[in-house]
Amino acid sequence: MIRFLIKGLLRDRSRSLFPTLTVIAGTTLTVVMYSWIRGTEADIIRANANFNTGHVRVMTRAYTAEVDRMPNDLALLGADELTAELEQRLPNFDWVSRIRFGGLLDIPDASGETRAQAPVTGLGVQLLDERSIDREILNLDNALVRGRLPSAPGEIVVSDELYRRLELEPGDTATLISSTMYGSMATINFAVVGTVEFGVTALDRGAILADLEDVRLALDMEDAAGEILGFLTTGIYDEELTSRAADDFNDWIGSGGDEFEPVMGNLRQQSGLATTLDLAGAVSLALITIFVVVMSIVLWNAGLIGALRRYGEMGLRLALGEPKGHIYRTLILESVTIGLVGSVIGTAIGIACAWYLQEKGVNIEPFLKNASMMIFNVMRARVTTTSLFIGLVPGLLATILGTSISGLGIYRRQSSQLTKELEA
Amino acid sequence: MKEHTGANGQFIELTGVTKTYPMGEGHIVALDDVSLALQPGEFSGLVGPSGSGKTTLLNIVGSLDEPTSGRAVVLGEDVAQLDEKRAARLRNLHIGFIFQTFNLLPVYSVFENVEFPLLLLRQPAEQRRRAVADALERVGLGDRAASRPHQLSGGQCQRVAIARAIVKNPQIVLADEPTANLDAENSHKVIRIMQDLNRDLGTTFLFSTHDEKVVGYLRRTITLADGRVASDETGSAET
Ligand SMILES: Nc1ncnc2c1ncn2[C@@H]1O[C@H](COP(=O)(O)OP(=O)(O)OP(=O)(O)O)[C@@H](O)[C@H]1O
Ligand SMILES: [Mg+2]
Repeated sequence: MIRFLIKGLLRDRSRSLFPTLTVIAGTTLTVVMYSWIRGTEADIIRANANFNTGHVRVMTRAYTAEVDRMPNDLALLGADELTAELEQRLPNFDWVSRIRFGGLLDIPDASGETRAQAPVTGLGVQLLDERSIDREILNLDNALVRGRLPSAPGEIVVSDELYRRLELEPGDTATLISSTMYGSMATINFAVVGTVEFGVTALDRGAILADLEDVRLALDMEDAAGEILGFLTTGIYDEELTSRAADDFNDWIGSGGDEFEPVMGNLRQQSGLATTLDLAGAVSLALITIFVVVMSIVLWNAGLIGALRRYGEMGLRLALGEPKGHIYRTLILESVTIGLVGSVIGTAIGIACAWYLQEKGVNIEPFLKNASMMIFNVMRARVTTTSLFIGLVPGLLATILGTSISGLGIYRRQSSQLTKELEA
Repeated sequence: MKEHTGANGQFIELTGVTKTYPMGEGHIVALDDVSLALQPGEFSGLVGPSGSGKTTLLNIVGSLDEPTSGRAVVLGEDVAQLDEKRAARLRNLHIGFIFQTFNLLPVYSVFENVEFPLLLLRQPAEQRRRAVADALERVGLGDRAASRPHQLSGGQCQRVAIARAIVKNPQIVLADEPTANLDAENSHKVIRIMQDLNRDLGTTFLFSTHDEKVVGYLRRTITLADGRVASDETGSAET
């Protein structure tokens, strides 16, 4: 009997081909969109974590309030001791210290006169500290475009765009003009040994990267750090773990109301990403719901037309002595078959497309000219295990729903009414 | 379920059967107090103008519909008492249908169309194959088993439908205007095939028809008018 039905299904293209194609299209789109949203979400989190907030970030209360201004006069003192304490209390994190600073980069000519000048955003990171993982976090080996990374004090790398704008040569000396932690002017000479490009427009416009110790020296910030970032050793941001860590830490510090007390916050709290991340979750849910609803309606109509076309067949089968329930079940069986076949094919195509988007990505750099958001210029999909199953939800649900609804017509109609369709 | 005449009444017995359909405020009377009995092996026909209730009566005998009032007993079963499942089983085992428009399933071959009732009966493959071949032989289509319905003429299609109706060797075959879509030659051919089946297998046939050619073959002619039995004449036919 089942063989007989499958044979009929395969031979009747309008019953098999169109619904299968619908399911394939819907499933493919669902898988691609879902993977795309997941990829974007993961990339936004990664960009923000690596270049901005870490998974958690410790700053002084006062620094936190004015973080956009990079107020190094409010930086954490005793940063090394605090890091040791953090390592002990929260061993599931890796900790790195950074100092952000603004300033002017001045390029002198042979006679010492200013040849070129540009405002820069500087980042002091633990480049030369063997124990620090910040080289990996910032993915410096891959970000390197020209020259090499600093290997000795007094060496910096600059963003490639800045390098070109200032018409630098390898090994050129650059003078940073900034202000110390205590407000007096600081000038220090660096050797530009290489250029980097992070693929994040906000950083690539005009950043310089120096070793933390050099920056401490230059800005008179002995044993200080603007911020201490923590990264979960798993490498994957986890909302719950990080917010628990932040709560524990803040409880331990207590709240004396001191401006210079360290305060910890997680990525979500600090990056202004809360709404973005919520949105990503809501959008993927909404997307899948929409696909289920739309596809159900399409398939329902396809089924309805099919069923109308098939009322004759149903009437005949009733007359031949097939019970209504059995007819209804075979209809559902047919749709489950179509749903499964369509979902599997659709998922395969969807994964292939998503994988292509994951490997190739789509360059959105032109849209990011003035962006200050930490977002990669190349948006990528991300294929996860959920991508494998997410397509089954609309694929199967929609076919079964569609057929159930249209098939109910068989129940509502009298047997004699169905056989009436047999009359010309 | 072999001998059905007796305990619960006749082979087929309608007593005071009325069927009405709701229609706007009132209702349409399709059958009006019809009483009528059929014996095994009959070759009978319902005649009468369009709308006189022929199809309605066939549907009730075929347990596809039930009377609004009165009693319809088919093979010992009271049609009104049967639930959906048991009615289906009664049809499946004992009743074959033939329709005006043939109603073959277009995606299946001639063989598969005739095989379908046997699949519902869960007969083993070999038994099915033999029964289908035999039925097709009887309607003279033994060589067209692999054809699709669209490759056949109307007369051939109706013969396939007859094969499908008799393949399970039912006690009753109900044929609703079986010749209405056929030309004279095919009408005669089809009706003679049914006559042969009636004679050889003892299958009971009940027709509905407008067709004078068919009426000529009937051994009993029941005339309906406005849902009532206007006349019931036996012995008009040859054979
Ligand atoms: N489902 C229904 N709903 C309402 N009225 C119906 C229904 N089925 C049949 N009727 C009415 O019942 C009456 C008898 O119909 P029936 O189909 O039995 O006639 P018939 O003798 O078979 O006619 P024909 O020769 O045209 O096939 C008609 O008036 C018809 O309109
Ligand atoms: Mg009729």
